[in-house]
Amino acid sequence: MALPPYATISQRVGYYGLRIGCGLVFFFLVAPVLVIIPLSFNQDPFFTYPMAGYSLRWYEEIFGDGPLSILWQRSFVNSLLIALCSTLLATVLGTLAALGLNRAEFPFKSTVIAILISPMIVPIVVIAIGAFYFYAQIGLVGTHLGIILAHAAIGAPFVVITVLATLSGFDHNLVRAGSILGASPVRVFRKITLPLIFPGVASGGIFAFAASWDEIVIVLFMAGPEQHTVPRRMWSGIREHLSPTIIAAATLLILLSILLMLTMEWLRRRNERLRGINQP
Amino acid sequence: MKLRQLSTVLAVSVAAGFGGTISADAADTITVTSWGGSYSESQRKAFHEPFMAETGKTVLEDEWNGDLARVRAMVDTGNYQTHVIDAESGQLVAGCDEGLWEKIDYTALGFGPEDFLEGAAHECGVGNISWSFVFAYDKDQFPDGGPQNWADFWNVEKFPGKRGLRKSPKWNLEYALVADGVPLDEIYEVLGTEEGLARALAKLDELRPHVLWYETSAQPPQLLADKEVAMSSAANGRIYTAIVNDGQNFEIVWDSQAMDFDFWVIPKGHPEADLALEFIKFASRPERMGDQTNYVSYGPLRTAAVEYVNPDILPHLPTAPDNTVRWFKTDTQFWADNRESLTERFNVWLAQ
Amino acid sequence: MFAKVANPTAAFAPGSAELQVQLRRAERSKKIWALVLIAPLFLFLAVTFVVPIARTLFLSVENPELRDMMPDLAAALQAWDSDGTPPDSLVRTFAADVLTAHENRTLARVGKRLNFSISGFRSLLLKTARRMPPQDSPDLLAELTALDKRWGERRYWAALKQASTPYTVEYLLAAVDHQFNPDGEIVEKPPERSIYLTVLARTAWISFVVVTICLFLGYPIAYLLATIPTKYSNLLLLLLLLPFWTSLLVRTTAWLVLLQNQGVVNDLAIWIGLWDEPVQLIRNRLGVYIALVHIMLPFMVLPLFSVMKGISPTHMKAAASLGATPITAFLKVYLPQTLPGAGAGILLVFILTLGFYITPALVGGPSDQMLSQFIAFNASTAVNWGMAGALSLLLMVGVAIFFSIYSRLVGVRDLRLG
Repeated sequence: MALPPYATISQRVGYYGLRIGCGLVFFFLVAPVLVIIPLSFNQDPFFTYPMAGYSLRWYEEIFGDGPLSILWQRSFVNSLLIALCSTLLATVLGTLAALGLNRAEFPFKSTVIAILISPMIVPIVVIAIGAFYFYAQIGLVGTHLGIILAHAAIGAPFVVITVLATLSGFDHNLVRAGSILGASPVRVFRKITLPLIFPGVASGGIFAFAASWDEIVIVLFMAGPEQHTVPRRMWSGIREHLSPTIIAAATLLILLSILLMLTMEWLRRRNERLRGINQP
Repeated sequence: MKLRQLSTVLAVSVAAGFGGTISADAADTITVTSWGGSYSESQRKAFHEPFMAETGKTVLEDEWNGDLARVRAMVDTGNYQTHVIDAESGQLVAGCDEGLWEKIDYTALGFGPEDFLEGAAHECGVGNISWSFVFAYDKDQFPDGGPQNWADFWNVEKFPGKRGLRKSPKWNLEYALVADGVPLDEIYEVLGTEEGLARALAKLDELRPHVLWYETSAQPPQLLADKEVAMSSAANGRIYTAIVNDGQNFEIVWDSQAMDFDFWVIPKGHPEADLALEFIKFASRPERMGDQTNYVSYGPLRTAAVEYVNPDILPHLPTAPDNTVRWFKTDTQFWADNRESLTERFNVWLAQ
Repeated sequence: MFAKVANPTAAFAPGSAELQVQLRRAERSKKIWALVLIAPLFLFLAVTFVVPIARTLFLSVENPELRDMMPDLAAALQAWDSDGTPPDSLVRTFAADVLTAHENRTLARVGKRLNFSISGFRSLLLKTARRMPPQDSPDLLAELTALDKRWGERRYWAALKQASTPYTVEYLLAAVDHQFNPDGEIVEKPPERSIYLTVLARTAWISFVVVTICLFLGYPIAYLLATIPTKYSNLLLLLLLLPFWTSLLVRTTAWLVLLQNQGVVNDLAIWIGLWDEPVQLIRNRLGVYIALVHIMLPFMVLPLFSVMKGISPTHMKAAASLGATPITAFLKVYLPQTLPGAGAGILLVFILTLGFYITPALVGGPSDQMLSQFIAFNASTAVNWGMAGALSLLLMVGVAIFFSIYSRLVGVRDLRLG
């Protein structure tokens, strides 16, 4: 919507006012995330500009071989392990459930959907203390498995929702065509259904990964020292000693989130393109 | 980290994770839970690293904040995530009353109460350090002389600036009464009455707009260094290491401070309690206890450790003559009896 | 299959019974397949999610301490009508059970439970156990009262009786600042022990303010995104989504670095001359609002954006050509069409803000803590699971109410992400 040449003064004010106002809000959204990145290269352990000089020493504290570096590296490994396992679990279970939900109408379907996506809505503290109390009784507190299960539960709804959304534009005649031509149901799923819903599965998986990777409250309650994740280390850092090492770790996480976000965007466009082709 | 190492660590983590907490090499790994920051660092250097070198076992560190919920869960379910915990006297007594700690077998340790300062060899825990909950100020912010006592801490006109206080009733209520003129030997008697508690909270009310509440004991030196506060209550050792190791221009005020002990405790029913005892026995060696004072200014509780204490650090210990002109001992029994009701009242006051 | 049909044409005639049976069979097998596919996730969530939460919420009405650790006393208390002074047999059972529990180191846990009803009960019990009068004295109650005069008060025995029932509403009452008096009537807690109604109101208020700010900041953003060409809006959407994807702790760290006294914002403001002294921007309510709005803004913009995308620009032009001023056209034509998106955004932001824990804990002061903080406190520090369960129930009820409005308005089936 460009401004027409015959615009009145009030229209001009509105046009530029909207853009300036929105620019400020976008600044508010992005600046805090970006402003800390340069600070992670600060030579001095202070958080102020101008910076005296540049150095990679805070990254060395993460990737080096001192005792603290090993703790950081271990936390990255833990985060990755927990996020990957819970994503796998959430993606498989979530995709199956979405396929089922898409297949047929049945009584109480809305209630079933509400239960399946409820982990997105229930406050995380309630989930965390529930998991802590219940998992403690079956010996899962202080294990990787306990955290993986809890994270898979909060990640699964994302997969259900994104796959359901992809399936809403899915042409079921393709499946019928596959069966008529003699393909087994498994083959139909592998060759027809999965490639078409893949963007939804992948986006759901990325959401589930991010949900686990970023999760701190469940970890606070459930993790023993061997399960400390990156957010858990950042949490103790923030509460004890806000050192530039945390800023360096934060910068790494920002890079990761940009990567995840761009992958999502790519998947979204791919999906739109695929659907555009399929639709008459 | 190279990819191969990474995959090895991954594989090990998976094995450890799915096999429960006690993995195959469990007997060679001991988890010690303590309070983080420079205090954990002093324990790492004085106890963990020499212990690992001597026994070939691995010491894992965890941090806690005195939350007994996790210990309760461990003891109730038998799913232990730590062998040894560094507990303040408050957690020692509360946990001992509630059956959370193993009884200490002093005959197995080879030393006894006679080797320790009075009250430091408890039936549920072995005394570790004496420490004082003092307050310290940033000398840069008070070039013409800083506060000298708790009444000055409350005097925001003469000594402007934010105050850091720990977000719990313990010691804040005591110091409020001290600042209000209650003699040291009457603190707990006064605090035990409804009027005394109201008096302490009213005194805290005066300071409320100027207080920044912190939650972990590693925070005060950081808050002072960042100039977020002008003065803060703190454990004396944390301030000392900030002065000595980080060159901070802080001053500790030794006046009417509370002294407390820390103890090594073992969660009740731990299947590897003997390993925990082995660590405690090691950490209680006089020369190990003395060595800890090289890194942090807390007093060893075993009398024989005194000869190993770094002489430079003697005047900075909570037990040094210059630092014990006016002090009081934390009444652990009082806090065990009243912790819940005082915490409730304090939280209501705080949330207003 | 077809061979069984005698007359094929008849079988495929509309309304034929045979066709209906086949259709029904096909439908049934489809339904069964659907349920088989849904079952794994459903069962998984039931075990890892629904049961743990239900278990925790149920803790709010359980009353196990006295019954588990002093079973004889609990039975005797149940038999007592709680009128007047406790009978001698009850007092003797009490004394015996107190001694046993003291030996088993369970007395302190019973005391903790009773402290919840009357503060000071724990120390009274432990003191009594340490100095228990001889069991064979003729009037044990008199001896106990001589030891501590509180044993002569009926409310202590009434509290014991209340702690001996299998279920209790004490925690739920306490979650709304109420309690039982000795006569078993529900009364308000004294103000110096009342906290949760204040916290509840504060939680709702903070959520309300965050929703309002998000609406005012998010509406123009969504409008801009919906009206500019797609190539620009795609880029701006990325800017909007960057904070959405950035780890919560990273963003909280960023705010701490930016807003602390020696932080970037204060330095800059002093350098420009906006103010002379560092201003407290964090560890107070302002910090909580800033950080929460930053987190919640995308959740407001996205539903608004998707609704606005569907509004044809010709509507506004038509209104203008019919003589409406821009403001009238906006209020009468555009705004009503965006209400569904606004409603969805408002409810989503409100629901998510109600349960926030980490951010207020790190950037707020003590008087900015929301309900979640007190749930965590009771579960970890205070080890009071009854209270943690009761407060969780309170929070869940709040969330459930707004979520049911949301699902009526938007429909859970149409929930979209990004």
